[in-house]
Amino acid sequence: MAKFIESVGRDTLKRLDYVGGLSIGLWGAVRALRATLPVVGNRYRWKASIIQMLQIGVEAIPMVGLMAMCCGFILAMQGASELRRIGAMSLTIDLVAIGFTREIGPLLTAIAVSGRSGSAFSAEIGSMVVTEEIDTLRVMALDPIEFVVAPKMLAALITIPCLTVVCNVCGIFAGWIFMFFSTHLGLKLYVHEVLESLVLRDVVSGLIKSIAFAAIIVVVGCLEGFRVRGGPEAVGRSTTAAVVKSTFLVIVADMFFTAIFYFTGKH
Amino acid sequence: MSIISVRNLVVEYGGRRVLDGLNLDVEAGETMVLLGGSGAGKSTLLRNLLGLERPQSGSVVIKGVDITRCSPAELNRLRRSIGVSFQDAALFNSLTVEDNVALALREHTSLAPSIIELDVWLKLAAVGLADCGKLYPQELSGGMRKRASVARALALDPEILVFDEPSAGLDPIVAAELDDLILFSKRVFQMTVVVVTHELASAFRIADRIAMLYNGAFLAVGTRDEIRASQNPHIRQFLDRVPDNIATTRVVESFMENYVLSSEVTP
Repeated sequence: MAKFIESVGRDTLKRLDYVGGLSIGLWGAVRALRATLPVVGNRYRWKASIIQMLQIGVEAIPMVGLMAMCCGFILAMQGASELRRIGAMSLTIDLVAIGFTREIGPLLTAIAVSGRSGSAFSAEIGSMVVTEEIDTLRVMALDPIEFVVAPKMLAALITIPCLTVVCNVCGIFAGWIFMFFSTHLGLKLYVHEVLESLVLRDVVSGLIKSIAFAAIIVVVGCLEGFRVRGGPEAVGRSTTAAVVKSTFLVIVADMFFTAIFYFTGKH
Repeated sequence: MSIISVRNLVVEYGGRRVLDGLNLDVEAGETMVLLGGSGAGKSTLLRNLLGLERPQSGSVVIKGVDITRCSPAELNRLRRSIGVSFQDAALFNSLTVEDNVALALREHTSLAPSIIELDVWLKLAAVGLADCGKLYPQELSGGMRKRASVARALALDPEILVFDEPSAGLDPIVAAELDDLILFSKRVFQMTVVVVTHELASAFRIADRIAMLYNGAFLAVGTRDEIRASQNPHIRQFLDRVPDNIATTRVVESFMENYVLSSEVTP
């Protein structure tokens, strides 16, 4: 019994330590964001941020776009198969439009970026820890958070909401492809229906979520990298942990945000 | 006057004492070699000298500043006067050799790009890599990487130059070249040099004084001749390369005997 309590206590402390690490990492990254801004910040950090924006955002567009189109198509088909039975086929458009802007767009983008970039952050920083590059930065009087994490944070905070918009557009467009082949609905009318079904709140809530997801992916990925101890096999473990933990935390955060928007919205 | 002064330095990892009340004074302009076998505590001492770790107790005073108690800003100010060359060079793989050397100049000075370029060229020329500035670290040999890391350590014209295992992993000729480079850098740039190593040949070639570390404590601190003449059994064992009795037939036989006996007792 004593051993059980001891192990529960140890696990709890470990989790609290991790949450503490995430909070400190987030605070450090947010504080260092100023250094990455153009004009007021350091131009080398801004340059690094642009490179990160290309890697996190631009290079992910084909993958996110394709995933969104597949999901849009699936959602439209699944929705239509049920809605057709009650004669509400037109509601498929609302389902796809609202479903993507509020939920699927931010979540799908976050999962794609977590798999692509979250693991890359952790591998990059983990390798830097193993090869003593992080120690080198510190002895060169350079803050590793500002040097390594802040450009990633700025890039993610800008590109992930943009990717979410791309994801929403692709998903909703896939919905039109389905509607065109099943009901010969024109694109103009489809877009009109989509705009009718959406309100600004849907889009804004999705973008707020995507900003939170961006912060989670960067902080978890970088923290896992900084926690690497040992050799290259530890880097491998950290990349897996980064993807698993950030995906889990993104889904948990999504639930909280959805609950907040649900209870604060009009019904 | 001592430029580095270590007093009663105690470092423990998980209750295990790694450094046990160390005292050391490094005079300005001298080359101090921290010599010792694997697990003696050399790297831990180095990390404490560089402020990468905080000790359990004791002080490390560099240029009059106790780095175990000073603020991060003070530590960073001090670090600009310390150049470090790590064991595996720790060059930033995403930057060219000249960008590696220029990094500290770009970050900590307001020199014009043309002056930085000239300074970088001078430092690379001093280590014999004047033609390698445009190469990436992965395109260099082990010895060249070490020399590039020395050039980077020299970038801000430090008062103290620290080397972690400079000869590790290098063939004897390249290791001797690196020893020459250390002596040359000290003579040309008028610095205090601290070298952590377990290579006897290298230590006796470059040292003004040697501090012999064993099980987290200094066995002796003295000139090359004093260390060479020491009759301390551990120093003699190290200098005469006498192995511990971990692999003698008698020890192995006794281990096997104990193993068989314990297997017979435990079903």
